[in-house]
Amino acid sequence: MDHRTQRAAHRVEGRSAAPGIAMGRLVRLVAAKPEAGQSRPVAGEHQALADALEASRLDLTALAGRIKDEDAEAILSFQLALLEDESLATPAFALIADGEVANRAWVAAIDPEIATYDRADDPYFRARASDLRDLRDRVLRRLAGEADQALPSGAIVVAEDMPPSVFLATDWRDGGLILRRGSPSSHVAILARSRGVPMIVGVDIDHLESGVDAVLDGDAGTLIVDPDPMLRADYGRRLSEQAQARAAAFSFTGPVVTASGEPVQLMINVTGLAELRDIDPSKVDGIGLMRTEFLFQERDQLPTEEEQYRIYKQMVEWAAGKPVTIRTLDAGGDKPIAGLTMPGDLNPFLGVRGVRLSLKRLDVFRLQLRALARAAVAGNLKVMIPMVTLPEELDRCRVLFQDAIDELRGEGHQVVMPPLGMMVEVPAAALVVEDFKADFYSIGSNDLIQYVMAASRDEPQLADLARPSRAVFNLIGHVAAHAKRNGRDASLCGDLAGDPQQVASLLDQGLRSFSVAPGALGPVRAAIARYSGKPA
Amino acid sequence: MNELKASVLMRHEVGLHARPSVKLTKLAKGFDSRIDLGLSPDGPWVDAKSIVKVMATKAPKDSIIYFRAEGKDAKAALDALVMLVDGDFQNGP
Repeated sequence: MDHRTQRAAHRVEGRSAAPGIAMGRLVRLVAAKPEAGQSRPVAGEHQALADALEASRLDLTALAGRIKDEDAEAILSFQLALLEDESLATPAFALIADGEVANRAWVAAIDPEIATYDRADDPYFRARASDLRDLRDRVLRRLAGEADQALPSGAIVVAEDMPPSVFLATDWRDGGLILRRGSPSSHVAILARSRGVPMIVGVDIDHLESGVDAVLDGDAGTLIVDPDPMLRADYGRRLSEQAQARAAAFSFTGPVVTASGEPVQLMINVTGLAELRDIDPSKVDGIGLMRTEFLFQERDQLPTEEEQYRIYKQMVEWAAGKPVTIRTLDAGGDKPIAGLTMPGDLNPFLGVRGVRLSLKRLDVFRLQLRALARAAVAGNLKVMIPMVTLPEELDRCRVLFQDAIDELRGEGHQVVMPPLGMMVEVPAAALVVEDFKADFYSIGSNDLIQYVMAASRDEPQLADLARPSRAVFNLIGHVAAHAKRNGRDASLCGDLAGDPQQVASLLDQGLRSFSVAPGALGPVRAAIARYSGKPA
Repeated sequence: MNELKASVLMRHEVGLHARPSVKLTKLAKGFDSRIDLGLSPDGPWVDAKSIVKVMATKAPKDSIIYFRAEGKDAKAALDALVMLVDGDFQNGP
């Protein structure tokens, strides 16, 4: 039966990328494609491009007025300046005069500009290519007659994929996100979880149309289109429970303990200062994972030492003596950074990422280590190295850190060498974790699972394989036991820790420290409180 | 009318990239004079009011930026542009 012809509720399955319920109307975003439409006379094509450029200019002006973020504003003002520069579109209008259609002419004019930025030696200039692409696509969308993606709040947005910049520019209050591509480990999914936006990926979006009522069940990974009144009432109840639970998660105080009275350390994963604004530091045990990738993404230039120092220092000060674990740049894999990561990595998850990239881009790595050594003076800072595979990599990082510290002392700065730990996410490291001279261990379950199971988290057909198996739990137990024997800290900061159903299994392995997205604090606290010890 | 020239050392950390270029071209557009920018005293010259052209020079840190201007407000334009670059693009439109 063709479900498009009936109005009864139907379900579309996907994979949960961020939990929670959203109810609202679908808003479909259509990707821009430079397809030739039916040809118009030259004057019509000329006018179409002129109109699209003007509409895009108005879009960007409105967007710049709404966004208060300094980096986003810089990107927008650059794009606006490009649009207001006649020399950008002049070649396109010349092609139109020769009989080309507007959208192909626009692409032909702007693609060579993008290519010159792609070829630049300087990473700052190279990174501008993405801004031009974004601008190209905005104008193409306007040419295709689409309104700007100014999304109403409370909508369930349906799209092929979404860059973090678009996610960050959207008001997600009561809304949700459905993507065909993307994965639970993508940056957008991480943002969605930390901001409490329900999200599903791997969804067949072909028959989803704008304006239709729907319920997004981010817990089950299901979208229900045209829900009947009973379903609607059910989900309405769950939605209000969710709102209460969220409020409770943030008002809950007191230590986290298991049913048998054992204390457990519960920390949060963050990506920047903005997320800390709504969290009371007295209610968590610190920051277990600060992902620094976001400081490097979607921006005009790589962050300077001074800028990084200020951010790290403010985090350490926010925590007021509680530990703050900052992970050095984990670029590569699914987290490309323009001007830094290597394009054309054939298999990015097995490629030049994490510490492998840092040790190749010492200019960038040194600045980060310098900023960290200076911020460590302000409080309880710990530094974690991602994607460590061999002991020598960690040794090398320690030497570089010491060099940075000597250099800073020579310049008259106050510095401290913070504890240097490793992310345990590569099986080769987890299996012989005792060979590594790490001050602490943090288990990155997302990557550990996909590397142990040889199953990509981006492949919807392998969802049953890309899960924690006994092999994964044994490795986690091995790392936890080693840390305990040697009096070092071991925590787990992947999504596994944020899943209340997995918490008991992790506690069984001897782990007593977790770091989760702020939105998962309440449920994980509750799951820990239910735990009464390993079954005999 | 005479053409005026000026030059200034650019010390901006990452060169004449997006943010400085936005400020520079905005400032230049505020003047009626024709204003060109180059990286050597004899050009080649690009329109200092075009961000596409200005960014395309990819001027790195420690470049000397040359300006030439022609028009009623050429003197004021050059003074303002030199001040912007000399002040490390801190002020400006």
